[in-house]
Amino acid sequence: MADERENTPAVDPVEPSRSDAIREHLKAHLAPSDIAQRYALPLVWGLVCLFFTVLPSTSSTFPTAGNFSTIFGSQAIIVVLTLGLLIPLTTGDYDLSVAYNLSLSAMVLAVLNANHHWPIGWAIIAALGASVAVGVINGAFVIIFGIDPFIVTLGTGTFVYGVVLWISASNTISGVSAILVNPVIVDRFLGVPLEFYYGLALCVIIWYVFEFTPLGRKLLIVGRGRNVARLSGLSVNRIRWGALIASGLVSGIAGVLYAGTTGAADPSSGSQLLLPAFAAAFLGATTIMPGRFNPWGSVIAVYFLVTGITGLQLIGVESFVQQLFYGGALVLAVALSQIARRRQALDAGTG
Amino acid sequence: MPPALVLRDLSKSFGGARALDGVSLTVAGGEVHGLLGENGSGKSTLIKILAGYHSPDAGELEVYGQPVKLPLRPGQFRSLGMDFVHQDLGLIPSLSVIENLNVGELASTSRLHISWTRERQKAEQTFARYGLRLDPRARVADLTPVERALLAIVRAVEGMRTSVAGAEGRGLLVLDEPTVFLPRTGIDQLFTLVREIAASSASVLFVSHDLDEVREITDRITVLRDGHVVGTVVTSETNEAELVRMIIGRQLETLVPETHELSERGVEIAIDGLTGGTLQNVSLELQKGEVLGLTGLVGSGFEELPYFLFGAWRPERGKLRLHGSEHELVGLTPVKALAAGIALVPADRQTDGVIGSLPVYDNILLRSLGNFFKTGLLRRRQMLGHARRLMSEFDVRPGDPRMVYASLSGGNQQKALLAKWLNRRPQLLLLHEPTQGVDVGARQQIFSLVRDAAATGTSVICASSDYEQLAAICDRVLIFARGRLVEQLVGDDVTKERIAERCYNSVVLSDEMSLAG
Repeated sequence: MADERENTPAVDPVEPSRSDAIREHLKAHLAPSDIAQRYALPLVWGLVCLFFTVLPSTSSTFPTAGNFSTIFGSQAIIVVLTLGLLIPLTTGDYDLSVAYNLSLSAMVLAVLNANHHWPIGWAIIAALGASVAVGVINGAFVIIFGIDPFIVTLGTGTFVYGVVLWISASNTISGVSAILVNPVIVDRFLGVPLEFYYGLALCVIIWYVFEFTPLGRKLLIVGRGRNVARLSGLSVNRIRWGALIASGLVSGIAGVLYAGTTGAADPSSGSQLLLPAFAAAFLGATTIMPGRFNPWGSVIAVYFLVTGITGLQLIGVESFVQQLFYGGALVLAVALSQIARRRQALDAGTG
Repeated sequence: MPPALVLRDLSKSFGGARALDGVSLTVAGGEVHGLLGENGSGKSTLIKILAGYHSPDAGELEVYGQPVKLPLRPGQFRSLGMDFVHQDLGLIPSLSVIENLNVGELASTSRLHISWTRERQKAEQTFARYGLRLDPRARVADLTPVERALLAIVRAVEGMRTSVAGAEGRGLLVLDEPTVFLPRTGIDQLFTLVREIAASSASVLFVSHDLDEVREITDRITVLRDGHVVGTVVTSETNEAELVRMIIGRQLETLVPETHELSERGVEIAIDGLTGGTLQNVSLELQKGEVLGLTGLVGSGFEELPYFLFGAWRPERGKLRLHGSEHELVGLTPVKALAAGIALVPADRQTDGVIGSLPVYDNILLRSLGNFFKTGLLRRRQMLGHARRLMSEFDVRPGDPRMVYASLSGGNQQKALLAKWLNRRPQLLLLHEPTQGVDVGARQQIFSLVRDAAATGTSVICASSDYEQLAAICDRVLIFARGRLVEQLVGDDVTKERIAERCYNSVVLSDEMSLAG
């Protein structure tokens, strides 16, 4: 009995291949009872697309290559921002500074590149550096002083917004180099701007880290049970701090994409994106892997929301529909995940 | 007087599994009725049906002779003169005693103004009636565990009294394992309160794992096994052996602690001058493969030692010598402790031990994730296979590693937690109340697992106020009082009775020691 209790696990006689590992992963998440819940959102998304395709007033404008290329391309920034936000959300920390951090990155890039004529490469490095610094500062207050990250990032976010207004003198700075603009929005693959694929690539990376590395498990465990994680020997502080720095870096990348998409940086750009990012993260947590913040769910949520908004705008509904959609989606998503959790608790509470 | 509660032919299934099968139960007026059974025997289901949380498939309910239609609505129990105190007590730690006491009343009142002076006087009168000394203005978080339990019970009884049905001293108080997190001395105080309640003609349904407690406090006992009533017995006419046989359906073999041959060359573990929390200058030694028990009365601080040794709490000073290397306890962290071969199984499973919402394999393989990360992928099939092997080795049932941890019963949760740590073959295993909230069968299995680990060279420190458990697994028991180590029991003295006797004498010993020193 004791001999089997080894530190190293006994390896299966046949070393399973990578595809086996992935198949096993998929199988573990495909209990038939859950399938309906897992794929409800993609299904609804499909129905929304179908609805606008057959609706007479949008049937000529909605199902066009141009429209879909716009939908996929224009939302890449929110996709990237949401994916960054997922990291601290998984470790159980809110990061409200992500959107202002995006503005900071875009503005640092625009000011250095357009006003000070820095080469675009150095401007990007400086922009990402600034965003990482914000993440480091967030983490320092959360970890060293033990302050609720909700409060810390609310404060640092507003502080960063002030910095953005300061360095831009409250102006939109345009004239970002075409070396950045081209590979972001101008160049296309299959008719869709390349930035869409950057978002997908980041999604794959985050998925890989969350699901197929020990680090991903650790992030999740730190988020679910701080004490359990600490007493199991995880460096909880380092992991939480790291997650806040990672969300800073990814917000910075989103800022670079923003500057590349518009060729400019406007000081209030980011603040419009905070709510959509949270809405997508929480809505995403109700699908694909219900109950967990997950990258594929979030990407689907971003595109589901924007498809609905675009369709309604094509009908002629005014632009306030955007706020109605994002605000409503956030609250509904949280409500749905609460219901799912309650059902889980009931299932577990027998005996 | 008609019986307080009559249940007839109560049945309930979850999916295909029968949780209750034709259960009948009568609780007489003014009676303390014990409800015993292993985890999964149907106790919780029965309680949850009374609370209106589950609806039964069949069955009848009578309260004081009046038929009541099943299923009950959630909260309907209040109007029937029933109230519940669950293991978690349902108090809000950040609010004051008086605010907690009035939660129910505030919810139902239509008054706009609260006179805090009057509420405080009322609370003081209530506490005086039950002979309790509680400051109504104290924060619940600052109370001792015993005071919290007493507060929760008083609140429930007061709730019963103010309801229509409970007005004439009638009512049924359901205590669902309220003693699990209490030290022995607190239990005496709690029992005094329960007797007073019963003396005032209300009835108590007392659910517990602890045979001694149930035998001490109840008038009659009903035993459930696998959803059936095995029988109802009069407490004074039964004995422990009979109850155990009823609960587990077989004769329990008495675990004989073999006299352990301690290896002379074994790795010695020494703790030197540990001071921190309640503990003052504690030094002790431990040999390879030895099981050392730590115990004492409430406030003696014995239960703090495992947390200091694991780096979970920071002491003021102290050294640990382990496997030839020396560690300053002040700078020790769980990460370093684990690297040094120390493992801790904490008492509070829910907040410190496991993550209930994640699958079993994520929980028990948390420490060995690196072993399953090969060529850039986490090998899930290998994780599941290894977890399945561990679960069958440690007899965790059901043995499906994908199950959510919280859906395991208490005993199986604890066995899985031991699997997580023993899998690492620690040099030093620290246990704090390892069989709390665990049924009789699993308890014996946990004892064997600990003894087996010791036999393969793991040294064990077990902090517990469960003397029977200490007697069953320990080679040596150290008794603490007021933060000091006052006495050591070895060999034939390691018995339940001797440990209890020495504990009650320990305070005197510690006084003598401080006079001498």
